[in-house]
Amino acid sequence: MSLPEATIQNGTPGRAAAPLMEMQGIKQHYPVHRHLPIGPQKVVKALDGVDLDVRPGETMGVIGESGCGKSTLARVMSGLEKPTEGRVLFRGQDINELKGAEKREMRRNIQLIFQDPFSSLNPRMTVEELVGEPFAIHSEIEPRAGRRNKIRELLELVGLNPDHADRYPHNFSGGQQQRIGIARGIALNPKMLICDEPVSALDVSVRAQIVNLLDTLQKELGLSYLFIAHDLQIVRHISDRVATMYLGKVVELGRYDEVYDRTGHPYTQALLSAAPELRKNDGADRERIVLQGDPPSPIDPPSGCRFHTRCPLAQAMCVDQEPEPVEISGTHAARCHFADTVSAQ
Amino acid sequence: MSQTTEPTASAVAAGEPATFPPRRRKKTNRGPIWLRPRFLISGTIVALMLLMAAFPQLFAGFGSDPNANCNVMETNQAPSSEHIFGVDIQGCDYYTNVIYGARASILVGIVVTAISFVVAAILGALAGYFGGWVDVIISRACDMAFGLPFILAAIVVLQLFSERTVWTVIFALALFNWPGGVRFMRSSVMEVRNREYVQASMLLGASKTRIIKSHIIPNSLTPLLVLQTLGVGGVISAEAGLTFIGIGLTPPSVSWGLQLAAARDYISAAPHLLVFPALFLTLTVLGFVLFGEALRDEFDPKGK
Repeated sequence: MSLPEATIQNGTPGRAAAPLMEMQGIKQHYPVHRHLPIGPQKVVKALDGVDLDVRPGETMGVIGESGCGKSTLARVMSGLEKPTEGRVLFRGQDINELKGAEKREMRRNIQLIFQDPFSSLNPRMTVEELVGEPFAIHSEIEPRAGRRNKIRELLELVGLNPDHADRYPHNFSGGQQQRIGIARGIALNPKMLICDEPVSALDVSVRAQIVNLLDTLQKELGLSYLFIAHDLQIVRHISDRVATMYLGKVVELGRYDEVYDRTGHPYTQALLSAAPELRKNDGADRERIVLQGDPPSPIDPPSGCRFHTRCPLAQAMCVDQEPEPVEISGTHAARCHFADTVSAQ
Repeated sequence: MSQTTEPTASAVAAGEPATFPPRRRKKTNRGPIWLRPRFLISGTIVALMLLMAAFPQLFAGFGSDPNANCNVMETNQAPSSEHIFGVDIQGCDYYTNVIYGARASILVGIVVTAISFVVAAILGALAGYFGGWVDVIISRACDMAFGLPFILAAIVVLQLFSERTVWTVIFALALFNWPGGVRFMRSSVMEVRNREYVQASMLLGASKTRIIKSHIIPNSLTPLLVLQTLGVGGVISAEAGLTFIGIGLTPPSVSWGLQLAAARDYISAAPHLLVFPALFLTLTVLGFVLFGEALRDEFDPKGK
């Protein structure tokens, strides 16, 4: 599943050789509706300076609580939304500045898998029309004559019966609907597949099947994933590297085993401790860390370290100074003043 | 309890498929739509009424014209074998008159609805898809039209004409019947525009034209069509109501509303004059409403 170890160990987060996609200083701010047309315009800082890169063939897992900006990240990265600030690079080119043929080429290469499989499928289209839509838009890829066969192949690839091609989405179960969405996503042979909580809406019994499907597809088609999920076990299973997000910032980034077993940020620790079935590699139980209160409002994030209001380790310096990423190892960094102490625990 | 579950459990253990009692199928899933009773009955009524409006001669075996074969000596006769619906105050065959009355009602109902549908589809789609100031202008115009009570506004407009034909009534009703449809279309386009399958299509690089044509129109136009079908009954009864109170059609025209208005004075002497047009009117309105409901259930993919 993972790249050769050497590639990962030689790279450092954010400065690896030739990432497939790179997000540089992404800020996404949404204006808050004002009841009166006077006073300062407030903004929700959904993303507030995110740097992240995804290398070819890699799976980047993203974890964090609801409202931390994970889905906004997916929307900005896929190009559905233009960031307020910063650049989204695909093979070194800003995807929001591409025009014409280059833009079409980029659109073929970056696809998004949605959280709710049913609402991501047009209810008035048959499976054949849905999976065939990519070819209808990019007609140069597959001539009309071969399209039907190509669609059948795709359906088989994602584990659906090709004879059901003339059925409508509501005839399928949630897991099957997600398979249809995946078939549409991989139809144009993209390089990058952004999965925005692809299994959250599914039954637990079906989740593993979809995750395994994504895993197999990655091997067969050489895809790169940005994989967003609530389920920490699934993220651990599928990811090569993992990023933890808190209030619109990436607070920890590293190889999956580093983030899970030598956690460098108290927030990641708290997240992981909320999943008791996730034992450390040596089988030791995690200490349960219960965070106090709700996450602060992204309209007015706390000063200094954003996590200081809930952090069990917070000191006076955390209130004033925003921590820069502290390197724990060549591939692992956390935005915490005490990252070294935390990871040594 | 344990006795009933044990055999099933052992069957599963033995590798045989467990058998369950056959599940009752959902009511709406039986057979094609045209064989379901509600659609069949309402569809027959609608088809019959449309045929009656288009070719009344087919039904009126007692004269090619509602005013032919009138005999002033036999007024207000009760139904008989010769005149199955009886004879009206003018001595004309009432059956022929009632049949010819369908034309005005159906024409008003369908034309007013068709006008509202076109206006609603265009204005609603513009307001919903483009938003911004286009939406503001269209929505405020809708609000203003909504502010006027439908029947009252139609009465005021109809007062401007001394002789009122079917087209005058259509004009007056169509003038105030569109805002509901526009609002409906606007909200359904706005909803569809933000659906994830539209986003998925955008991410595949689809053009605006393609998105509107293959995602937005199919998913928002059918609900509007169904809503408007449901509205036909309302327009027909509005026409009959206006005519009954003397504001709608005027005498050279033949309509159920006019017949009801004329029958009002003879209600005890000749009740059949009231019964037959009222029966036809009720049947028609009921037919269109049921037809609209059957369509709505059929075309709402989530309802299945």
